[in-house]
Amino acid sequence: MCLAVPGRVLDLSGDEPLTRVGRVDFGGVVKEINLAFAPEADVGDYVLVHVGFAIAVIDEAEAARIFAHLDEIGELAEFAGPLGAEP
Amino acid sequence: MKFRDEYRDGAAARRLADAIAHTVTRPWTLMEVCGGQTHAIVRFGIDALLPPEITLVHGPGCPVCVTPEAYVDKAIEIADRAGVILCSFGDMLRVPGADGDLLAAKSRGADVRVVYSPLDAVAIARADPARQVVFFAVGFETTAPANAMAAVQARREGLTNFSMLVSHVLVPPAMRAVLEGPGNRVQGFLAAGHVCTIMGLAEYQPIAALYGVPIVATGFEPLDILEGVYLCIRQLEAGRAEVENQYSRAVTTAGNRAAQAVMAEVYRVIPRRWRGLGDIPDSGLGLSGAYADLDAERRFGAVVDGDDAAGECISGLVLRGERKPPECPAFGGRCTPERPLGVTMVSSEGACAAYYRYRGAA
Ligand code: SF4
Repeated sequence: MCLAVPGRVLDLSGDEPLTRVGRVDFGGVVKEINLAFAPEADVGDYVLVHVGFAIAVIDEAEAARIFAHLDEIGELAEFAGPLGAEP
Repeated sequence: MKFRDEYRDGAAARRLADAIAHTVTRPWTLMEVCGGQTHAIVRFGIDALLPPEITLVHGPGCPVCVTPEAYVDKAIEIADRAGVILCSFGDMLRVPGADGDLLAAKSRGADVRVVYSPLDAVAIARADPARQVVFFAVGFETTAPANAMAAVQARREGLTNFSMLVSHVLVPPAMRAVLEGPGNRVQGFLAAGHVCTIMGLAEYQPIAALYGVPIVATGFEPLDILEGVYLCIRQLEAGRAEVENQYSRAVTTAGNRAAQAVMAEVYRVIPRRWRGLGDIPDSGLGLSGAYADLDAERRFGAVVDGDDAAGECISGLVLRGERKPPECPAFGGRCTPERPLGVTMVSSEGACAAYYRYRGAA
């Protein structure tokens, strides 16, 4: 039930914080989403959507962090022995 | 889809699994709190990638599963009244009460409607002022702010025909209850990522410190879960018990302040009975004094907590992480999604349903 799906904000409407909405594209399916909990969301941002509400703007720099971390631990694992990183 | 597919990369998953295998030196038992994480683990076979020292047990994070029978019965009772429209998330329709479910009520003529968003229920009330519209508000902290906005919206529009039957639950008290359980074997948690998106990380600090368990806020994709396990194991092996954030693309330390503000306005913290876990103090949300007039229990009578029917279902132990679904004697035989004996088989996010769906009856 806590499923939340990432989608890209196509446009915004409404200036009132509680009723501001955006059209959000989920890989081709477009839905109108309430942005009361993501007031900073802008066109082009990816938001995480749960039951019709954006609950976060996805931090793109942080989203890439896991892959840098992977490279790091991949090297460590290589040092550690034969089970190490993928070729 | 961006921010999803790249976190399902098989080669990257194996690298993380290798790193975990290199780090672990002895057995550890971790609990993933959220039913969505359980599903990903079973669906993608993440447990099979892990070294044998690591056991993942499945937590209480399925709001549908823990909603007490008494609330389902109340929802059915309300739905059966003339002039009422009962709105619910789809997952609740097949959850059994003492006598049947909402789907049965619907098929005998009750006006039960499935909504995608709580605001849809407000729209139904707006469009049909002659009828009472009741929204069955369930969920964890992830869903609570959205449901709160339905109350705010109804109030602003002055709708007198909208109310909410509120059965919200909170995650940290349930984690405490698991740790206090006599059969507890959990040594570290993968905390529910989207709950943390709303609430932030502060409430986990005292739990990590008091019980000496690492708590890692973790996302829902395979790489998220594997990295969460890696961070948790690294702490356990080093003798640390801290709060860490694996899911930093969607979780900040402070959480979502706009959502927290609306929750604080609309709800107050109350004790709750959880199906399978029993009474847990300060573990639920009810409407605050300012929104009490929107409480369906005021309009249609209070829910009376009763004892949930005892049977052969051991979903309470499953929700505490003390048993895995295939360890239930009824699993896959007498209990299947078509003929479920318990909520963890009914709910699409329940652990029993996940095992049955992705691993079959055996
Ligand atoms: S398999 Fe069925 S009976 Fe057994 S714990 Fe799960 S829901 Fe209950």
